[in-house]
Amino acid sequence: MTIGGLPGAVSPAGTATLVEEFRSGLAAPICLTWELTYACNLSCVHCLSSSGRRDPRELSTAECRRVIDELERMQVFYVNIGGGEPTVRPDFWDLVGYANAHHVGVKFSTNGARITPEVAARLTASDYVDVQVSLDGATAEVNDAIRGAGSFELALRAMRHLARAGFAGFKISVVMTRQNVGQLDKFKALADSLGAQLRITRLRPSGRGADVWDELHLTAGQQRQLYDWLVAHGENVLTGDSFFHLAGYGQPLPGLNMCGAGRVVCLIDPVGDVYACPFAIHDAFLAGNVRSPGGFAAVWRDSELFARLRGPQSGGVCASCSAYDACQGGCMAAKFFTGLPLDGPDPECVRGLGQRALALVDAAAPRPAGDHSHRTSVTRATGPVPVSIGPRPADVVATTASSPARRGVPARACGQDPLAGFALPAR
Amino acid sequence: MDAFDLDSAYRLHPQVSVRPERFGALLYHFGTRRLSFLKSPALLSVVTALDGAPTARAACAQAGVGAAELPAYARALATLAASQMICARTAA
Amino acid sequence: MPDSATDLLERTAEEAADTAGAPAPTEAAAEDVIAADLLVEELSIDGMCGVY
Repeated sequence: MTIGGLPGAVSPAGTATLVEEFRSGLAAPICLTWELTYACNLSCVHCLSSSGRRDPRELSTAECRRVIDELERMQVFYVNIGGGEPTVRPDFWDLVGYANAHHVGVKFSTNGARITPEVAARLTASDYVDVQVSLDGATAEVNDAIRGAGSFELALRAMRHLARAGFAGFKISVVMTRQNVGQLDKFKALADSLGAQLRITRLRPSGRGADVWDELHLTAGQQRQLYDWLVAHGENVLTGDSFFHLAGYGQPLPGLNMCGAGRVVCLIDPVGDVYACPFAIHDAFLAGNVRSPGGFAAVWRDSELFARLRGPQSGGVCASCSAYDACQGGCMAAKFFTGLPLDGPDPECVRGLGQRALALVDAAAPRPAGDHSHRTSVTRATGPVPVSIGPRPADVVATTASSPARRGVPARACGQDPLAGFALPAR
Repeated sequence: MDAFDLDSAYRLHPQVSVRPERFGALLYHFGTRRLSFLKSPALLSVVTALDGAPTARAACAQAGVGAAELPAYARALATLAASQMICARTAA
Repeated sequence: MPDSATDLLERTAEEAADTAGAPAPTEAAAEDVIAADLLVEELSIDGMCGVY
């Protein structure tokens, strides 16, 4: 399984479309995601970066400023700052100010932790800072099952502060799950009531998401429901281009409808590692580190991984499918972390081809690169307890799991349980 | 908004950042959060020349745009004006 | 002896192609673009993949 492509067809048009140009890569990312810290006050069950505890090797304030200087030189228009919870870094506001002073716009993603009325007022006054508050349920019951007890109130409080400060158009960002897809109208109403813009994104089996993917990812029926809702009501709803794999249903949704990893976007993580995408924190997608000579610019420009991603991509087995032009084979990270080959269908392929492919996966799926989860569990109303280390309990069998790797059945007889495959003789 | 006029003076909107690219350029408007993708290096030259030229027509000439191509460039400039990437320049 | 995984996937992809509904044309991706101009294309930065 190689990451990168084989020679593909050339565009017939004289002038390439925007998407075609983007596929070959740009002088700088259009915007990139920068996770400032792995520290977080919450322990959301699906966290794509497995955050919770700060990493001792995180970039210093001075190093962060050097990165911002590079972004300015490269003319990166704006950077999406997240984490973990970025506002828990003591130098967070300093860095946001520094970015703005150096012509780099900032949108930061927060669970609401430090958004006091005073902070909300300062943010409203700035033209170059945008805020995105994370929420995964339109009610505390649904939200807190994912994000932890009290997290709904925390987010709502921050949102009310922003609304009262007059911050028009802040984002409310929701990860669509089996449990909240029925609340789409409520999410929209909530956003409208606060003068905010709704943003919904796809759950990927990344970070801790790998452990809850089976129980939380949308069913086929729910995918259709989501697609229909977006077509009917999604005009002012952002999607982060998350749902281009649904384009196989027919009319593509607004957006570039392509995977931007390594081409339009990338991730800088808290220790300076550069990955193709925030959902692909794994050595296979590691392009370099900002601390090496040439910094971020050299990684973006010269990394071998990015060169491969920017080369022509073959659709592999998907190329003969009539939906391929629209869905482009779906999300690289979703395939990778469910153990699927990258040149085949997405696990949630709308034609069910991903599900068939998953049944053929006979090895454990790759695990995320690191785990900064809190070591003790945060109190939650319902849902699985996140653990940072330890084997999957041999007796946990989720009957609805989509692959052996997720079902808790050891992949091999010599797997986790010394007694795996061993049947005691009848008494 | 006034219709785009080749014989008026224009300039890049002050909230727009221009980034040259292999295929032409990317323009990002910090106010509207929209991206414009200029698909020819010549169009980038035109846009760069706008502020110093007496008219958009003059900027096109300066960038080497011939008579046959001018209508396409005028249409492109009109698009940029409509999305506020470029704006009318009041007479100095 | 069962077919290899690749053969099976290729066959199912082709089956899907035969029974598919109207495919979305590539040009439809430009629908969101305000000006489907030869020289200029526009879109919102908030629509990018991989963005938080």
